[in-house]
Amino acid sequence: MKLFRLLKKLTLIDFIKGFIVTLKAFFRKKVTVQYPEVKTPLSPRFRGKLALMRYDNGEERCIACKLCSAVCPAHAITIESEEKEDGTRRTTKFEIDAFKCIYCGFCEEACPVDSIVETNIFEYHMTENEQRIQTKEMLLATGDQYSEQTNINKKKDSIYK
Amino acid sequence: MEQTITSYLSFLSPELIRLTLSFLQILIVIIGLIFTVVFLVLFERKVIGYMHARIGPNRVGPFGLFQTIADTLKLLLKEIIIPSKADRFLFLLAPVLLLIPALAAWAVIPFNPEFLIADIDAGLLYLLALTSFGVYGVILAGWSSNSKYAFLGSMRAAAQMVAYEIAMGFALVGVLMAGGSLKLGVIVEAQSGGVLNWFWLPLFPLFIVYFISGIAETNRHPFDLAEGEAEIVAGFHVEYSGMGFAIFFLAEYINMTLISVLTSIMFLGGWESFFYGMSFLENTFLEFLTEPSIFWLLLKTLFFLFVFVWLRASFPRYRYDQLMTLGWKVLIPITIIWIVVECVMLTLEVGPWSVT
Repeated sequence: MKLFRLLKKLTLIDFIKGFIVTLKAFFRKKVTVQYPEVKTPLSPRFRGKLALMRYDNGEERCIACKLCSAVCPAHAITIESEEKEDGTRRTTKFEIDAFKCIYCGFCEEACPVDSIVETNIFEYHMTENEQRIQTKEMLLATGDQYSEQTNINKKKDSIYK
Repeated sequence: MEQTITSYLSFLSPELIRLTLSFLQILIVIIGLIFTVVFLVLFERKVIGYMHARIGPNRVGPFGLFQTIADTLKLLLKEIIIPSKADRFLFLLAPVLLLIPALAAWAVIPFNPEFLIADIDAGLLYLLALTSFGVYGVILAGWSSNSKYAFLGSMRAAAQMVAYEIAMGFALVGVLMAGGSLKLGVIVEAQSGGVLNWFWLPLFPLFIVYFISGIAETNRHPFDLAEGEAEIVAGFHVEYSGMGFAIFFLAEYINMTLISVLTSIMFLGGWESFFYGMSFLENTFLEFLTEPSIFWLLLKTLFFLFVFVWLRASFPRYRYDQLMTLGWKVLIPITIIWIVVECVMLTLEVGPWSVT
């Protein structure tokens, strides 16, 4: 048995096996996705940049119920509200701290009017510290900009809900 | 070629012509080496990438060909930091001490029967001396950085290089016995003939041992304990930045190429052709394949360089005691046994080599 092991070592069988494994991999199809040109497909449930949505007539959906703020595990959402002339309750301040946000998607699930949503935008950046606070205007602008894609995604996902 | 240059330089005295010629040869070899290293760095990253099912660098230039140039430019622009407690003189001297022997060893490498810089009689001894000289650079780099990690790395490198130098030397003794000379050109001539005449077949164990010790000598995977990233960061060059670091890299890759060239010269027949004596190729347009040329040497070298990278992509690093066991208890006995076998073969005149 000892002799057998010695012979196995001396013939470098294990090394040759290892070489063959890597040589096979050498000719295998490459899995690299060349990112800026090619992108991986995203799930409709992908949780990216937060946005506030509007109804089709342009009215904001948000009714300042503060459920999202309450459920947020990172306390990233700050909301202040007041009563409008027509008796509805609307937010005066709706801010999300992008550094605190952990993209868990609880706010989206909590929202009774589908106002706060997570788009599948993940390529964004900020250049100054102050920009981490996403104001209501910014969130609504994001919502307007990507509403089409977001609606498609939500519809795709709705059959599983 | 030589005649043409000589006729251009005929206004000079013969000594000056010889000087100019060898200067030109040195220039060709060094520039060729630098380009080899540039190519090799990319080659390594590409091959390892391919073995990981990745593509590897492909952004800078076509197929990433200028990646290494971009890397070098980046390193050139970086600040050279000298640790405040370091020995300044030795710290700056160490990379040079590593690079010079790596370059100087190329003086005796014959690329074809005509092209070699210095045709000295004890070429093999010169090579052994210079390849082991590199360890001074490593030790001084580790010691002068005044860092524990660097020092540990250089200690490891020193022990490893000493251990494998012996196996390497014994393997070369085998080659020298078979070739009957210390001149590399003569060793290649002794192998002239087809693939079966080359020394890799009669000296197969020595061939493997030489290549393994060559890998250990250059501190490459799987013997790169000297720079083991996991435990001692980067080993002996941990304190180096910018061009100092680049010179260590350059020396390492030049040494890799040197080991590959030497293995092809001593065991795979140097510039001899794979197709030597294959009669079906005669009188066809492929006849040039049967002739010895420098391209065969370069092809064989490229193959060994590929094996260097292949090893790196395939195997984990040896543990330190395993490394020492392999060096002292496996490789050295194998070489000694095979030298005895070879002696018997030489006396009984079996084997393809020319007995003088």
